[in-house]
Amino acid sequence: MGIELQNITKKFSGYTALDNISLNVASGELVALLGPSGCGKTTLLRIIAGLELPDVGKIILENKDTTNLPPREKNVGFVFQHYALFRRLTVFDNVAFGLKVLPRKDRPNRKEIGDRVEHLLKLVQMDWAIKRYPSQLSGGQRQRVALARALAVNPKVLLLDEPFSALDAKVRQELRRWLRKLHDEIHVTSIFVTHDQEEALELADRIVVINKGRIEQQGTPQEVYDHPKNAFVYNFLGNVNVFHGRIKNGKVTLGSHHVDAPDELKHAEEKASQAFVRPHEIGISRIRSSETDLTGTIQEVRLMGGQIGLNLACEGFDHPIDAEIPRDLYINLELAKGDTVFVSLNRVKVFTGDYVI
Amino acid sequence: MGLFSIRRRNILPGFGLSMGYTVFYLSAIVIVPLSMIFFNTVPMGWDPFVHAVTAPRVLASYKLSFSTAFFAAVFDAVAGLLTAWVLVRYRFPGKQFLDALVDLPFALPTAVAGICFATLYSPVGWLGATLTRWNIEIINSATGIVVALVFIGFPFVVRTIQPVLEEVEQEIEEAAHCLGATRWQTFRRILLPHLFPALLTGSTLAFARGIGEYGSVIFIAGNLPMKTEIAPLMIMSKLDQFDYAGASAVALVLLLISFSMLLLLNAIQEWQQKEYR
Repeated sequence: MGIELQNITKKFSGYTALDNISLNVASGELVALLGPSGCGKTTLLRIIAGLELPDVGKIILENKDTTNLPPREKNVGFVFQHYALFRRLTVFDNVAFGLKVLPRKDRPNRKEIGDRVEHLLKLVQMDWAIKRYPSQLSGGQRQRVALARALAVNPKVLLLDEPFSALDAKVRQELRRWLRKLHDEIHVTSIFVTHDQEEALELADRIVVINKGRIEQQGTPQEVYDHPKNAFVYNFLGNVNVFHGRIKNGKVTLGSHHVDAPDELKHAEEKASQAFVRPHEIGISRIRSSETDLTGTIQEVRLMGGQIGLNLACEGFDHPIDAEIPRDLYINLELAKGDTVFVSLNRVKVFTGDYVI
Repeated sequence: MGLFSIRRRNILPGFGLSMGYTVFYLSAIVIVPLSMIFFNTVPMGWDPFVHAVTAPRVLASYKLSFSTAFFAAVFDAVAGLLTAWVLVRYRFPGKQFLDALVDLPFALPTAVAGICFATLYSPVGWLGATLTRWNIEIINSATGIVVALVFIGFPFVVRTIQPVLEEVEQEIEEAAHCLGATRWQTFRRILLPHLFPALLTGSTLAFARGIGEYGSVIFIAGNLPMKTEIAPLMIMSKLDQFDYAGASAVALVLLLISFSMLLLLNAIQEWQQKEYR
């Protein structure tokens, strides 16, 4: 096992940042800790690195209890959100730092250090900048150097704290794909923290959704996305329309509309429920195809690249519904603001419980 | 950069005006008054000038002034760095009080400091009594001068390092720790290079201040010819004897040496900063 966390609890003056978290990460796995800001995900990462100590719990890295080791003895690579490169050192010296500070008996000689640094910089495609200073590089380039620096000491695990969040959208996406490819090459056990569900879905082997210091759900991106355990997870993994209603006799009310309750709630007693529909799981048509279709008026049209966002006022609903349809469909249907269309809710997800958005 | 970048379009308007103001200001405040030293010295002629500034007593005073100022600056660099570190990195009761104490040497008339030292270190003073028993002489010695100059220069170092140290991001040190560096290695390889320019600036200021310091030193130095006479004292005693030309001559040499040293230190800093900015 690469990383085993057992019952980690951490309190900061008055509030609980992490509440009894247990998590296993297999060797070579790339795991995303996903959650809103302030949910404790960064604290968890810092605890694994030894930058914070847990109040309770154990951290086992590659079958060795490292709970009370200081960061420098943990052999963990840490990549910071704002790079944390050493400004006064060149790219070469930044990457070589971890090797140069090794005790003399373990330290590679000059030539070996040079070769290793060069190899790593090639790996992150930054070998051309070997003599530059961090201030001469762009954000994306700095983060690559930071990654090479973290990898230089052959860490047992690689921890990345929102590594791309300080970068602009285009670079972020590019680096994301590149990191996935890099991970497939080097297979170092990695955990990265993010609040960006797209990043987690695209990059991770496994996603751990965290909220208020607890793990809400973990699983492959597919599992978590398709079978969210609760309203929080469903909501956090993408845009949603929320309908507050009630479950009664196997039916769920959505405004003036009813749909069948999901199997596990078929025989539930009457209670408050929430129903969710993702905008892209809403069908728009000029012709009524089923009697459950809603009638809606297009209030607003938003261009979103490949998709078109529609804001629909539907009969019997207090709040407008957001829908996203492919651009082609939008053009074929010759839709325009003010048009009346038929709206079908293709996948309604129903949860009961306390969670309130 | 420098003089040749004038023609480039600048974001800040009024380069001509502000440069003119700067030159005027520096002239009025620094250059014109100081040039008086030069013009006072010129009528003297070359041979008397050389004679005046190479007199053994004068040479000894230069040596003493520069060496004591240098050692005091080095001591201040270490002590000031430590103090700045404590003030920035730790929280403790009385921190505000300590922080205010640092500036006292700026505010105190230097003669007062001199008298304090003289009382404290005199053979019957609190510290002097003990030190005399151990055969350590502070008063009437070069050591005493260094003690006074350390006091005078101390705030310069603390106040130049403090803001730079406050700026250091915690993440930088955490990154070094994660890469396996010990605290000492982190300090030596990451923090110290980062603080070095400020440290150099601070100790340069302390050094420059030390060369010119008069008030506090004369009370503790004993002013023994060839032994504990500092250069500013030589100038004063020449003035007392109405030897204005001689005083200007000594002052001119002091000024030239000081200025070239400050230029050199500035050049070192420039060269230090150049690459990664």
